[in-house]
Amino acid sequence: MKRPWLLWIPLALFALFFGVVAYRLVNPADSVIESRLVGKQLPQFTLPPAYDGRPGLSSAEFAKGEPRLLNIFASWCLPCIAEAPMLERLSAQGVAIDAIAIRDRPADVAAFLGRNGNPYRRIGADMESRVQLALGSSGVPETFVIDGKGVIRYQHVGDIREDDVPMILEQLRKAR
Amino acid sequence: MIRQAAFPLLLLAAGPALADSSLPPARLADTQLPDPKQEAKAAALMETLRCVVCQGQSIADSDAEIAGDMRAMVRERISRGENPDQIRVWMIERYGEWITYDPPLSGRTAILWIAPLLLLGGGLWLARGRFRRRAR
Repeated sequence: MKRPWLLWIPLALFALFFGVVAYRLVNPADSVIESRLVGKQLPQFTLPPAYDGRPGLSSAEFAKGEPRLLNIFASWCLPCIAEAPMLERLSAQGVAIDAIAIRDRPADVAAFLGRNGNPYRRIGADMESRVQLALGSSGVPETFVIDGKGVIRYQHVGDIREDDVPMILEQLRKAR
Repeated sequence: MIRQAAFPLLLLAAGPALADSSLPPARLADTQLPDPKQEAKAAALMETLRCVVCQGQSIADSDAEIAGDMRAMVRERISRGENPDQIRVWMIERYGEWITYDPPLSGRTAILWIAPLLLLGGGLWLARGRFRRRAR
C-alpha cells in the first residue's frame, strides 16, 4: 500500500465524532430561550384584571418615565412561590412591579396572593398565553425590566433568587 | 415492617406537583378549523414550529400547555386570513430562528442546505475508482 496513513482516517473520524458527542453529554446545550425582543419596544397588549383586587394591565402603563418590572407568573407555578419573597423585597425598595397571570382563575390568583404576598400594582389575565407568546417568553416565572419609554431592557428567565436581587436592581438602575 | 409498608402508601396519597394550569386547553388547541384548506395550512405550519418547553418536539406533537396555546394562536390567525410565512416570521422575531424547523436560507444556515450536496459529491469522488474498475 502506497499511503498507509490513509488507514487511520476512519479511526480518526470516529474519535472526532466520539469526542463531539462526549463533550455535549458532559456540557449539555443551554436550553434557556431568550426573548429576541430585549432592546425593542414592548408589544401592544391590553389584559383584563386577573382578579378583583388589582386593575388589569396594558402596555400603555409602561411608557410613563419610570422603569418597571413585568413579572410573568401563575398560581399553579411552584418556582413562583419561591420567587414571591424576593419580589416583596424589591417592592419594599420602591420598585414598581406589574404582573401577567398565565392561564389562571381569579379565585386561584387571589388565593396565591393571599398565601404568598402581593407585590403587584396591576395584574393582567392572559388566559391563552397570547401576550406571553407576543413577549417571546417561554414559561413561568419570567421577569422583564421595562424602561420609562416602554423598551424591554432585560429578561430574567426563571425565578428571581436572593442572589439575583442586586442584579435586578442594577438592571433597573441602568434602565433609568 | 409497618413503616416499610406505609411508605409506598403515603407516596400514593401524596399529590404530584403539577407544572400545568388547571384550565382546559384553548378552544382551537385540539379542534380543527372548519375549512379543510385552512386546517391543512395550519397543520403544515404547526409541524415546523418548535415547542418552547419540550424542545425536541414540534407544537403539533407536543402535549405541553404552551404548545396548545401556540396551536390555538396559529389556527386563529390562519382562519383570519394570515399566511403561514407571516406567522413564522412573527415567531422568529420573538424566539429567534431556533423556533422554526424550516429555517430560511441565510449565511448562517447555508451549511444546512449545502452540506448534503457536498457529502454526495464527496461520496461520488470516493466511489469513482470502484465504478471504473467495474466498467473494465
